[in-house]
Amino acid sequence: MNRENINSALLFIGLILLQIIVLNNINFLGYINPFFYIFFIFLYPIRKDDATLLILSFLLGLFIDIFSDSGGINAAATLFIAFIRIPVLQSVIGKREIDYGAVTIFKLPFPKMFLYVVILTFVHHFIVFGMEYFKWSKFDIIFIKTLLTSIFTIILTMISFTFVMRKR
Amino acid sequence: MQQIISFLYKNKLFILFLLLEVLAVIFTIQSHSFHKSKFVNSANFVSGGIYNRINNFKEFLLLKKENERLSEENVYLKNLMNMQDKEMAEIDQIVIDTINYSQKYRYTGAKVINNNYRNNNNYLTINKGSNSGIEPDLGVINSKGIVGITKSVSANYATVLSILNVNSRINAKLLNSDHYGSLTWDNNDYNVVQLLDIPIQAAVYVGDTIVTGGKSTIFPEGIPIGVIKEFKTLNNNYEYINISLFNDMSSIGYVEVIKNFDKLEIKTLEEKSTNE
Repeated sequence: MNRENINSALLFIGLILLQIIVLNNINFLGYINPFFYIFFIFLYPIRKDDATLLILSFLLGLFIDIFSDSGGINAAATLFIAFIRIPVLQSVIGKREIDYGAVTIFKLPFPKMFLYVVILTFVHHFIVFGMEYFKWSKFDIIFIKTLLTSIFTIILTMISFTFVMRKR
Repeated sequence: MQQIISFLYKNKLFILFLLLEVLAVIFTIQSHSFHKSKFVNSANFVSGGIYNRINNFKEFLLLKKENERLSEENVYLKNLMNMQDKEMAEIDQIVIDTINYSQKYRYTGAKVINNNYRNNNNYLTINKGSNSGIEPDLGVINSKGIVGITKSVSANYATVLSILNVNSRINAKLLNSDHYGSLTWDNNDYNVVQLLDIPIQAAVYVGDTIVTGGKSTIFPEGIPIGVIKEFKTLNNNYEYINISLFNDMSSIGYVEVIKNFDKLEIKTLEEKSTNE
């Protein structure tokens, strides 16, 4: 167990507790609860062919599902963004080859980092709400909820990033 | 063969992803079918325990409201008791027949430790499970009205399918005319549910009381639900009937779980007659 692993484990448990104790009860404007737990995926070190991240993200989502009685919705969505993380990063940076080991999310210029966070958050939330309603006729509700909740999550994520960056 | 193995090896990440994704989708589908969600629910030891702890803190904030509700119920029960006293005083002798004694319903008190009311499919978690005789498919009420039906049960906890769930269908009737319908929720307002399948012959007025019907084996007849808030007729049918609930579903403290002892008998009888 090196330092990085311990940090990840603490973050994993901390984010689950934060999500189920505080964030699931916010109900801002009636129904907006941010899914801030995906911060784990933003912060997890970027490695090539990382099967551990896939398994961890699946478990992270599953724990959230267990606590909020939502089947496997969060697990599916979190796993999906963990899988598309590297391709999204590649297209955001605009380079096919990523220098694994050297690149971290903190070293990205702000607009690129912001775009990366926005894309992953939006995809995650869209899958969550899409699977919750699972009807084309409810597309407007799905879209509005995705949009509003994404904004909330992105704001929280950005604030947390500045805190983490200052600490480093 | 070698090619297949090398192909699998090259795409091992994608295969892992696909495997887990399918697993997640299976969990999701299972949670939608009524009885099958075995693994992923908040009735297990860990999540139940954590929610129990969180609820111990939250409880203090709700004490005042809970006390008011209890005293209201006390007054109601005392009035009921006094009414019976008078009737009983008219009979000289009271014979309690212990041989023919039959209990139809049993009430178990429980505390709600987690309550969702903003999602599409809402569930509550209560702190009593199979150790206290809770089973799947029992009715859950409090003094103000119905709350839901138990779904998954573990040793010490159970999840309750809230009436605020798009999958929930509860038999309900008009208090004054005995017309039956079923209670659903359209996922708009957590204080308003919908009553469907009421025939046009039934005279419906705003302010009428809706109670549970005796048709279901889950709830006893006459548990209050709410009053009619608004309704609309279309083509000689009720297009919708909106009911505002007596219960404030956003703050539910203590509940009672109802077990119907005649349920098995009724169910077997009904199955027998449909098979014939």
